[in-house]
Amino acid sequence: MNAQKETLLWVAQRASAAVLAVCVLVHLVTIIYAVRAGLSAAEILGRTRGNLAWLVFYALFVVAVAVHAPIGLRSVLGEWARWRGKSRDVALLLFSFLLLTMGMRAVLVVFA
Amino acid sequence: MSPLAVEVWRGDAQGAFQSFEVPRHPSQTVLDVVTYIQRSLDATLAYRFACRVGMCGSCAMSVNGVPRWTCRTHVDKVARENKLLIAPLRNLPVIRDLVTDMREFFDKWAQAKGRFEGDKTRNDDCARVSPDSADRKKADAGIECIGCGVCYSACEVVAWNPDYLGPAALNRAWTLVKDERDGARIERLRAVAGDAGCHACHTHMSCTERCPMQISPTAGIAGLKREVAKAALRGKL
Repeated sequence: MNAQKETLLWVAQRASAAVLAVCVLVHLVTIIYAVRAGLSAAEILGRTRGNLAWLVFYALFVVAVAVHAPIGLRSVLGEWARWRGKSRDVALLLFSFLLLTMGMRAVLVVFA
Repeated sequence: MSPLAVEVWRGDAQGAFQSFEVPRHPSQTVLDVVTYIQRSLDATLAYRFACRVGMCGSCAMSVNGVPRWTCRTHVDKVARENKLLIAPLRNLPVIRDLVTDMREFFDKWAQAKGRFEGDKTRNDDCARVSPDSADRKKADAGIECIGCGVCYSACEVVAWNPDYLGPAALNRAWTLVKDERDGARIERLRAVAGDAGCHACHTHMSCTERCPMQISPTAGIAGLKREVAKAALRGKL
């Protein structure tokens, strides 16, 4: 892979990390706040269904994860398992797609 | 002072440690210890040194598990219970005893485009670089490298990824990127980008911790990451 692509992957990972830093914080604070007095599945769905702000926030969260995790895993596989080259990138593209599909599926089910 | 118990690596990668007993002296350096062994106990011991005053960068070895310039390392500072374990630098092929093959270390300087590329001729005026300019100060911070290989030996990323250019070569590239007279900026940024270059650095800072010249290759590598990213985002890489 050439220098331009490698560098853009690095930039994408840094940018997605910045998004995740905010998302994780909001996510954790929301969980702690929402369940402080106990929470049922019906109550959760009551708040999330049809809530567009919630949908946008968690869709962004999922996209950031799908970008961030495979790029990090790419370095781990290269350094620890010495797996480099095209096969690694194809496998990680599939992994990214898996994260995106599973994440968006969960988001949409709780929204709709 | 009781004598020093010294274990010294003998042989190549397949070798073993050999024990020696060396008399102690005030202000004795690790290089003094190795020289005593070679001159008085076993003339077949192979090691490198030249200047003995911390300028040439040829006497670096692993001392009690830590890469150091042995000519400026006092035994008092590093001996544990009057014992020294002296081995060749890590991350480089061992030729014999304490002598490593430095070729890949210096070849990587060339791969990182560590050579100044002037773009002026003898007919042009001299470049005037202000000592106060921000770029000059950044170059100054990294320019005193003596090429001893201590940082390369201390680096975990080199151990994981044999293609990684390493702290010294990247530090050299950084000082040239910050040299306003240099004319090969983009080629150099391209050479130091990616999995074998600055982006592989994990910022463990072992190089910075161990550099005998108090250079921070980590800071230079972080600077390269920023410069390379800017060039890539502008589509110039």
